[in-house]
Amino acid sequence: MNSPMTRDFLVNVSSVNRSFGDVQALTNLTIEVPKGSISVLLGPNGAGKTTAIRMITGALTPDQGTVSVFGTDPGGPDGASVRRKCGVVSAKPSLYDRLSGWDNLRYAAELYGLGKGKSADGRINEAAVQFGIEAALQYEVGGYSTGMKTRLALARAVLHEPELLLLDEPTSGLDPESANAVLELIRDMTSDGQTVLMCTHLLLEAEGLADEVVMMEHGTSLIWGPPSDLARKYWPADSVRVSARNPEAMDALATAEGVVSFDRSGDTASFEVDSLDRVPEIVGQLVNLGVELTAVKPFNPTLEDLYFAVRKERSAPVNGESTPPPPPGALPRSEESARPTAKSAQSLQGASK
Amino acid sequence: MSADTREKINWSNVKTVARTDLKQLIQAKDFWVPMSLLGSFFFIIIPAILLVTITKIGSVDVVSNISQTLEVLPASARDQIQGDTPGGQTGYALAVFLFAPVAVIVPLTISTAVGAATIVGERERGTGEFLAHSPASAREIYLGKLVASLIPGYFTTVVGFGAYSLIVNLTVGPEVGGWFFPTQQWWTMILWVLPPFLAICLSLVLRLSARVRSTAAAQQASGLVSLPLIMIAYSQSTGVLFGAGYLSIYLGAFAWAVAIFSLNRGVRSVTRSRLLGVAAGI
Repeated sequence: MNSPMTRDFLVNVSSVNRSFGDVQALTNLTIEVPKGSISVLLGPNGAGKTTAIRMITGALTPDQGTVSVFGTDPGGPDGASVRRKCGVVSAKPSLYDRLSGWDNLRYAAELYGLGKGKSADGRINEAAVQFGIEAALQYEVGGYSTGMKTRLALARAVLHEPELLLLDEPTSGLDPESANAVLELIRDMTSDGQTVLMCTHLLLEAEGLADEVVMMEHGTSLIWGPPSDLARKYWPADSVRVSARNPEAMDALATAEGVVSFDRSGDTASFEVDSLDRVPEIVGQLVNLGVELTAVKPFNPTLEDLYFAVRKERSAPVNGESTPPPPPGALPRSEESARPTAKSAQSLQGASK
Repeated sequence: MSADTREKINWSNVKTVARTDLKQLIQAKDFWVPMSLLGSFFFIIIPAILLVTITKIGSVDVVSNISQTLEVLPASARDQIQGDTPGGQTGYALAVFLFAPVAVIVPLTISTAVGAATIVGERERGTGEFLAHSPASAREIYLGKLVASLIPGYFTTVVGFGAYSLIVNLTVGPEVGGWFFPTQQWWTMILWVLPPFLAICLSLVLRLSARVRSTAAAQQASGLVSLPLIMIAYSQSTGVLFGAGYLSIYLGAFAWAVAIFSLNRGVRSVTRSRLLGVAAGI
């Protein structure tokens, strides 16, 4: 990733409003997509992710605000030049069921200026091979499975080698294996220098894939930036989760040296420390206090944690003010999502002995 | 004016959109089989039965009765009738003057059916999203759809017209001294008068297709729009066949002027937001 100071943004959506009749679809939406990154628009259904994608290609124009893609307004007179550099996979594959896979790709090849010659045919074959759909190209798309349709839609989107790929829930309706394959292919694309902007409401899907995230709700962007930076804003200190058979005994941690904050819910407590180096010492103290520990895990916030923290903060104002970020243990998340990194897990394992 | 309507037209995109639509139509046997039957029925089956019956019928009285009805034709039309026998004259009059609706109903019906589904169909299938994100301008998409709707109706007419000419010449020709069809009036009608009426009809139908919520609604609304147009086209076509001189040329020219104006207005009906199905009123 480029440093924030030298970032080259391919997409700049600035303070965009858009309504459909009485429905306000986008409100003051701001999105910046750095070149060569995988940016993920996260949000629940109806958050405005699809509308945002449509704004970026110029399929829709804003009521207010500005959209700039490759330095050009996609809704303006030069919009076609922007669209020619974009590849789009929409939430529904938007394929022509009565045409063969080949004809679907040929249609796109011609509209995107690849022409009809041998080089276009070669490119169609390449794209089909890239997504493992070449054997089905002569069949009508109406007979394809959901996975095959998604692969064909992806092949169609990359056919003209776009600089910007816009993927609207590309794994929707796919089985986990196919979804993983698609995500793997998306990852491969950015290694070739392409920029990807993907919409999803599946947090696990974005995890590990996103260089940048934009969290959206009710048509507005709540927060945006690299996931690690965002997590650091919400959880500035390192935190640890511990579980015990006699959880009340862990409450002594609240006043332990180096513990910045403490919260316990049921048999699990979470505490923030000024340094992870203190963890072995703290665990030792707990053992000495007679706490029967069953688990000690570092808390590495996932996108899911971040998502719920942001939503909780934004949607539950108290006396007109936003609620502060929740303590690390208070998040509505499963134990499974607290995945320790190899390094920190190792250090904690050592500490608990 | 939107950005799309200011852009220069890329005719290659127009051709691509039209060709792809036509390819889908060819794949849709459930559409073209009934439409071919319709064309055959009006251009081949009905004329063949009537003309064979009239020219080869044994009862002189029946033919005489029918030939008396020709008295209702205008004098200019009556003067053109060829043939020495009542059967020949009746066959000639039927073939040349009374089958005008054949050439009007078939193309307008087929093109209306295709045109009504063309834009709303993209929206219903979700493929409008692909077109909306594509580099093709809304105007190119509109023109492509127009061509794709026009060709099936006009193609059926040209093929049907060829078959009809053959039937007329084979059945009535021997009675009037040889092959005589198509007459100059029919050539004028098929090549000069019919196309603009087709274009006017499609300009209205495509506008409807862009605005309604479903293909079914588009079909219904298009039927309402095309019915009066069919009646106008029928009456004007009959006038062209009955009349002489420059009347047909003037009528065709006027129809072309209306068609061009209507098509130009119709371009605005196709927008990316309508392809996506998010425009107000959809």
